[in-house]
Amino acid sequence: MIELYESQRTMRQMRRAAMQRGVVAVLDVGTSKIACLVLRFDGRDRLAEAEGIGAMAGQAGFRVIGAATTRSRGVRFGEIDAMAETERAIRTAVQAAQKMAQIRVDHVIACLSGAGPRSYGLDGTVELEGHTVTEQDVSRVLASCDMPDYGAGREVLHAQPVNFALDHRTGLSDPRGQMGQSLSTDMHMLTVDATAVQNLAYCIKRCDLELAGLASSAYVAGISSLVEDEQELGAACIDLGGGTAGLSIFVKKHMIYADSVRMGGEHVTGDISMGLQVPAATAERIKTFYGGVVATGMDDREMIEIGGDTGDYEHDRRTVSRAELIGIMRPRVEEILEEVRARLDAAGFDCLPSQQIVLTGGGSQIPGLDGLASRILGQQVRLGRPLRVHGLPQAATGAGFAGAVGMCLFAANPQDEWWDFDLPVDRYATRPLKRAFKWFRDNW
Amino acid sequence: MQQVRSRHDPAPSRLRYRLHRLMLTPLFRRFLRVGIPFCLSFGLGVAYLSEPRNREALILTFAELRHQFETRPEFMVRLLAVEGASDGVAGTVRELFPYPLPVSSFDLDPDAVRGLVEDLPAVAAASVRIRQGGVLELDIEERQPAALWQRENGLAVIDRQGVIIGKVDSRDEKPALPLVSGEGAGEAIAEALALNRAAAPLGSRLQGLVRVGERRWNVVLDRDQRILLPEKQPARALDRVIALSEAQDLMARDIAAVDMRLSERPTVRMNGNAVEHWWRVRRLVAEKEGR
Repeated sequence: MIELYESQRTMRQMRRAAMQRGVVAVLDVGTSKIACLVLRFDGRDRLAEAEGIGAMAGQAGFRVIGAATTRSRGVRFGEIDAMAETERAIRTAVQAAQKMAQIRVDHVIACLSGAGPRSYGLDGTVELEGHTVTEQDVSRVLASCDMPDYGAGREVLHAQPVNFALDHRTGLSDPRGQMGQSLSTDMHMLTVDATAVQNLAYCIKRCDLELAGLASSAYVAGISSLVEDEQELGAACIDLGGGTAGLSIFVKKHMIYADSVRMGGEHVTGDISMGLQVPAATAERIKTFYGGVVATGMDDREMIEIGGDTGDYEHDRRTVSRAELIGIMRPRVEEILEEVRARLDAAGFDCLPSQQIVLTGGGSQIPGLDGLASRILGQQVRLGRPLRVHGLPQAATGAGFAGAVGMCLFAANPQDEWWDFDLPVDRYATRPLKRAFKWFRDNW
Repeated sequence: MQQVRSRHDPAPSRLRYRLHRLMLTPLFRRFLRVGIPFCLSFGLGVAYLSEPRNREALILTFAELRHQFETRPEFMVRLLAVEGASDGVAGTVRELFPYPLPVSSFDLDPDAVRGLVEDLPAVAAASVRIRQGGVLELDIEERQPAALWQRENGLAVIDRQGVIIGKVDSRDEKPALPLVSGEGAGEAIAEALALNRAAAPLGSRLQGLVRVGERRWNVVLDRDQRILLPEKQPARALDRVIALSEAQDLMARDIAAVDMRLSERPTVRMNGNAVEHWWRVRRLVAEKEGR
């Protein structure tokens, strides 16, 4: 049982400790696969920052020394469904990655793809105590944000200050040291289901690993797939995963919205399996080999043997045309994209200055998807592949690894979150006492 | 479409996973690689050696092996070769040599042998080396007898440095050596030898040199004649005497001693007969003149 919000600071310290030791693992627990990458930090990032060349999206400081994927078990819709199965799958992936890296990892940064993320925009304003903005003022303005009632059983996963405004100047990224009267901030807060977080943390703990950070997979996929100007000008990243389709909107290099649609590639596979009456594994194979979303005349003539294992000749010699397959896949893909469209509309994506949409994740590899997506989502759609990072094996450079690669970048240099700032002085004094009192009450 | 079999992807058991992680821990690996073999061998060694019987056997085996190695024929010294020594000295050295031959060269202490040999009075320097073929070669440089020194307890042979090499019973054994006597003659033997050279014109008349009061020399001739030499530049004084003797037959006359101790006033001491004779002559001369 972890108190996510309370342990965020601890996780940050753990991440720092892991960076100091030089090794940290990232774990992408997805619905269709579990990927584990082992990163080695060789301390070059500090050097690079000192020389002022730290703009390589943070990928210069680390190297992937171990990578492993395994078939996911016991995960549905990006949430853990069967704990023991998932734990075993995580163990498999971590052990294989450790074996490749020839090093033991103790700290792991994980991501959540499902768990119903919900975004909140918060703002807060304080009058400055002095004439210039100090770190304490920043802490106070962050603390002054009015907390919405996000409901019981939810946990804050991300809380990132997106924008600072000083008097009437807005769009400040770092207001410290500037003169002014009143400081205000906009903060983006992402909450997720507490139980999903608990389950994941428990599984990781059962694998003798320390959780050194948690991230939303839509967010990390955006980090890795969106190029810098897209992040700056405004873009949405749609991570078409196995069980969920995560979407995140970035502007000014900050995530301002994230959500996930509880539909993904496994549903397409399920449709094929049901429509053609084949096992799920065969359906998956047919999807990856022959799948598509735009049918042409040629596809009517291309016959696919779907086979079978029953011993009945008629049943085992079934064929289906590719057009039929596309006919099964397309409505589901359209449904996913329309759901995404609805979420984007609800988020007010059409008000952004640039409306670039980047499709990534394993599902984005369906041929013809970009054409379909541009009809549903808008004209500016491209397929994105994750950034290249040092030492990543060729097998792990595909679109399906956008989340894992993004998490590498997230591990190397995370964006400032609320818990990265100092606590305001007035709260700082009371907290340890309160906690001590609580501990006494709980234990005596 | 080919039927898809689910690939075998076994998950490691919790134990195997933990073991794998343990094996990847650097400290544990170092412990396995270094610590365990060390502890094991140390423990076994201690257990084995704690039994006194084993310890003895081990020491015995070691000593046996060592002995076997040392007594290999390549390392044995079978012969003692003494070179550069006269027979008497060589005999003494052979008698003195402390090891029974053959002996292993590991047991042999050449420095001790050299010290032993050099302690012999007749030996000036010695070098010891083990030659190929198991020969211990002793190169001895003997002291050369330079003079005979007559002392209360007999005649001693001494070399140029004044070291007593040996003894002789009578002078006839070493007729070629000059004779010196007197207290402290040994220390000043170099001077004596120089004087002996200077006295060569005196030929067989020279009996010997006597050190007087540990500071100066007397030259003793036959017929009990003496030449008393000064402390400083005795050879020059002797030369003067010899020159005088050659010019005026000084030493052939009946004199007891020529005293050269004061160089500006050499004195001749005559014998009693000569003095009486001298007085008689003086008287005769005086009578003749007195008449």
